Amino acid sequence: MIRRLEPQSGEVIDRTKPLKFTWNSKKLVGYAGDTIVSALLANNERIISRSMKYHRPRGVLTADYWDPNTTVQVGTEPNVRGAHRLLEANMKVSAQNAWPSLHFDIKAANNLFGRFLTAGFYYKMFIKPQRLWPAYEKVLARFAPGGVVDLNTPHGYHDKRYTHPDVVIAGAGPAGLAAAISAAQTGMNVMLVEHNHHLGGHLRWGSNRDRAVADELEVAARKAGVEILTDSTVTGRYDDNWVAISQRSHQGVVERLIKARAKTLVVAPGLIERPYVFAGNDLVGVMLSGAVRRLINMYAVRPGHRAVVLTANAQGDAAIADLERAGVEIVSVVDARVGETISKASSTSRKLASSRRLKSVTLGDASVVRADLLVTAVGWTAPTSLLNMAGDRPSYSSRSARFFPTALPDNVIAAGQITGDGSVDELIAHGTASGELAAERAAVVSHRLRSRVARAVTPTDTEPKMPTDHRVVLGRESHPEMYRSDTHGMVDYSEDVSSKDLLSAATEGFDSVELVKRFTTATMGPSQGKLETVNTVAVLAEARGETIEEVGTTVWRPPYAPISLGALAGRVFEPVRVSSIHDWHSAHNMTPILAGQWIRPEHYGDPNAEVTNVRTNVGITDVTPLGKLDLRGPDVAKLLNLVYTNQWSNLPVGRVRYGIMCAEDGVVFDDGVTGRLGEDHYLMSTTSSGAAQVWQWIEMWLQTEHPDWQVHVTPVTTGYTSINIAGPKSRELLARLVDDVDLSAEAFGYMNVRSGTIAGVGDCFMWRIGFTGELSFEVHVPAGFGAHVWEQLLEAGDDLGVAPFGLEAQRIMRLEKGHFIVGQDTDGLTKAPTTGLTPLIKLDKNDFAGKPELEWSLGAGAGIDTDTDAGTGKPELPVLVAITPTDPHLVPDEACQILRDGTTEIVGRITSSRFSPTLHRSICLGQVTPEFAGAGTVLTVRLCDGSDAKATVMAHHAHFDPEGVRLRG
Amino acid sequence: MLLVPCPYCGPRNSADLSYRGETATRPDPSTTTPEEWRDYLYMEHNPAGWLRENWYCSSGCRRFFTVERHTVTSEFREPPLPGSKTPQPINGSNTPQPVADLAVPQPNTDANRKDTSS
Repeated sequence: MIRRLEPQSGEVIDRTKPLKFTWNSKKLVGYAGDTIVSALLANNERIISRSMKYHRPRGVLTADYWDPNTTVQVGTEPNVRGAHRLLEANMKVSAQNAWPSLHFDIKAANNLFGRFLTAGFYYKMFIKPQRLWPAYEKVLARFAPGGVVDLNTPHGYHDKRYTHPDVVIAGAGPAGLAAAISAAQTGMNVMLVEHNHHLGGHLRWGSNRDRAVADELEVAARKAGVEILTDSTVTGRYDDNWVAISQRSHQGVVERLIKARAKTLVVAPGLIERPYVFAGNDLVGVMLSGAVRRLINMYAVRPGHRAVVLTANAQGDAAIADLERAGVEIVSVVDARVGETISKASSTSRKLASSRRLKSVTLGDASVVRADLLVTAVGWTAPTSLLNMAGDRPSYSSRSARFFPTALPDNVIAAGQITGDGSVDELIAHGTASGELAAERAAVVSHRLRSRVARAVTPTDTEPKMPTDHRVVLGRESHPEMYRSDTHGMVDYSEDVSSKDLLSAATEGFDSVELVKRFTTATMGPSQGKLETVNTVAVLAEARGETIEEVGTTVWRPPYAPISLGALAGRVFEPVRVSSIHDWHSAHNMTPILAGQWIRPEHYGDPNAEVTNVRTNVGITDVTPLGKLDLRGPDVAKLLNLVYTNQWSNLPVGRVRYGIMCAEDGVVFDDGVTGRLGEDHYLMSTTSSGAAQVWQWIEMWLQTEHPDWQVHVTPVTTGYTSINIAGPKSRELLARLVDDVDLSAEAFGYMNVRSGTIAGVGDCFMWRIGFTGELSFEVHVPAGFGAHVWEQLLEAGDDLGVAPFGLEAQRIMRLEKGHFIVGQDTDGLTKAPTTGLTPLIKLDKNDFAGKPELEWSLGAGAGIDTDTDAGTGKPELPVLVAITPTDPHLVPDEACQILRDGTTEIVGRITSSRFSPTLHRSICLGQVTPEFAGAGTVLTVRLCDGSDAKATVMAHHAHFDPEGVRLRG
Repeated sequence: MLLVPCPYCGPRNSADLSYRGETATRPDPSTTTPEEWRDYLYMEHNPAGWLRENWYCSSGCRRFFTVERHTVTSEFREPPLPGSKTPQPINGSNTPQPVADLAVPQPNTDANRKDTSS
């Protein structure tokens, strides 16, 4: 019977703190410091899971993070690695992938039909006929492995951290710890990252002396000021040593992703023990030597009763000593170094639903011994992931039966057992030398980074030479090559891929390592190749009659260990922007809408009433997000001529003008008005969403094409609060708050700009423009006084019926007026002529952004467009038109397609649609091909429910007041 | 993530900058042909080796600048000064050190093109 050993030195459990937990609803007790799996074994629970495909009972194999057989469900959290996750009080642990119970799993019937579930089964079986796929999908989903996702799981708090350590060390075994100490002692800022919960690596489950050494190193590392992260993994290394670390041990955070820019990275992950392939190698009771050493020495758990040990190395020998000390009877020691081996392991029963466990082992000489524990120690896999990510292609040594690093960039250093073998003292010496080298190189990298800071400031000292690697190289011990016995067994435990599957895949022609991987899914499960990659290659080499070096291995890519999606998403850093009037909106029944980063009032209860109020009285709206650029200098007009398609040289002081901006491909990307405030002073407005883009665009032209032009660009979007006052009574309202500007129609006409004082606030700009189609004044008020002016307007206009209006009312009114919105009524292919603003394209200017494309699209220019329609000489651009559905109450959804009647040929689409409270009918804008653009053309609109509706093309874009009488009043 | 040497701000994460593509000379709009113009707009040369390219320091100094980057090794260097043909090393040393063009690594062979992990 498996049970807890007497208290012993070095154990990591705290026997004074028993923890109650449940396993498949059964009440059990473990200790603080236990992993879920060590607690289960201490309670004599040996079957932990069922395998993915055949639902074979599985028990502990490696007893660490990479154990493929111990994935469990903890409460609502699926796929927890039970041999790594520490036990907590009242944990509800249950088995995954078993129904109705772990000991009686109906899907184990797959085991009987296993010969039909061979490699590539899914690819072959569920392809044809395709119409049956929905049925296949349902069946397959039920058989999919993994835990149960609870859709009501509360959100956990995740976080991110950015840091710039000098040296990051992956792995806190003897070499990693020693490297951290020596690097930190030079004054470097060192971060030591350990995958497990304890420092010391394999020393932690070693002899008393090993543990004493680990303790000493840990004390020295803390004293040296090393930042130590346990239960954390370096999951990736990217360009310029950008290192990703998943930290599962940060207080109050489920998981934290650390992004570290390391000057040097020391890779000291140690080695991962490799399983042996033989029949029955996945039976409950077959374990690797590292598993029994961890279970006995760290968790005081006796892993079995009667053991057979297959050993090819010192770790296997040490496991024998540990087992004997734990009172396990050693019935046979099979020494691979003298050519001995085992043939197969057999189980207690072959019955379908039984809990099959190890019963006997057949040795190489065909003799059979009874045992409930079979321990294998057949060699090592070098986890070269981080080295692969740094460009290394490790090479295989058949003498040592493992891969070794070859060449690395200067800022990545491999240390410890991954480079060779040695005593603990030798590993520490290698680590110490590696830490010193890492520190010296970090100093050079640091100098290089500092000297790159500015052309004007160069460091006074010359860059030190990159130190070369003079470390004493660790030896490479010989080790028997042990991959597969004379029988077939599991290669990939997590994907249920056997050596037989690999051989049959190779026979079918999938005989390159990449093909066999994808065809059989070997190495693609949760262990991600840590246990099975080299065995896969070895079996394939056997199939091809080649050596492992000839077959070659696969390259490990990030992440080294899984990261939760929550950690990748982290905390939201996206800023939110509000105007200075936001608090007023919030206090006055605002329904908010998120527009880019801005929170804006969509409406204050009834957008239709807001429209009617603007059309009859006066309304005010907060348009602060409008992009605003202050342009000063003698060459501003040249700049405007370059970025807008129309003419700007002749704009008088005090006037504003509308313009559209095109990219170099002739596509409209922004529009807005710019006013001339003074001789050399302009204020440009952009769309709310285009503000940042226009600023960059202008800087690009000024910096790269015309650095000689004298223009200063200052973004002042949030420096001013912008309020639009619209409606027939807007002049009357504004006049009550302005004394120093004559607002009369004669003195302050349409498309003019004035500066003055509003409600006692000086330095305000007012321009007469009208997106809504009403008489309107857009005022830009220094932002600190925005809320004041807003409230004063409401107070002063109380008797005029003034009321605020939101974005929705503004959008309805602009659609009534037929004003298009860039990005809504245009898209990434809409060239300027489509919008109907061809008169604003001044081809007589020497140059402007997009000029050649616009010339060709209008049938002019030096070349002839290769994309033109035959005969016409110019391309057939779509046309933006106003559209009225025949049924006045039908509002087609935006993006509904317009079809050629009686066919499914798409000839256009609705780009904007609303019900107009002013006209009491549906109004739309849409893009159609020229053939359908003529006024009066009847269109067929395909609605979202699949039915068709008729609509008519209007003569003007404006549904309302096409002559603009109200606007200019 | 690449560290991009902004000449004003120093090395910055590439995510702090906007990539502006390969450097190219804008054709004269009054004489250009559709073939020439669209080649300028859309075609990239994408060499395996040194590439002259533009970056915009969008989260920093907001300057546009030109650097040379080795597309295989991710090394950076400054383009030659006007009138010179010698590229400048990026490490800011006053005396330009000769920067030997890195040999482009061997084409990927079957043996070193392997990959794993789902």
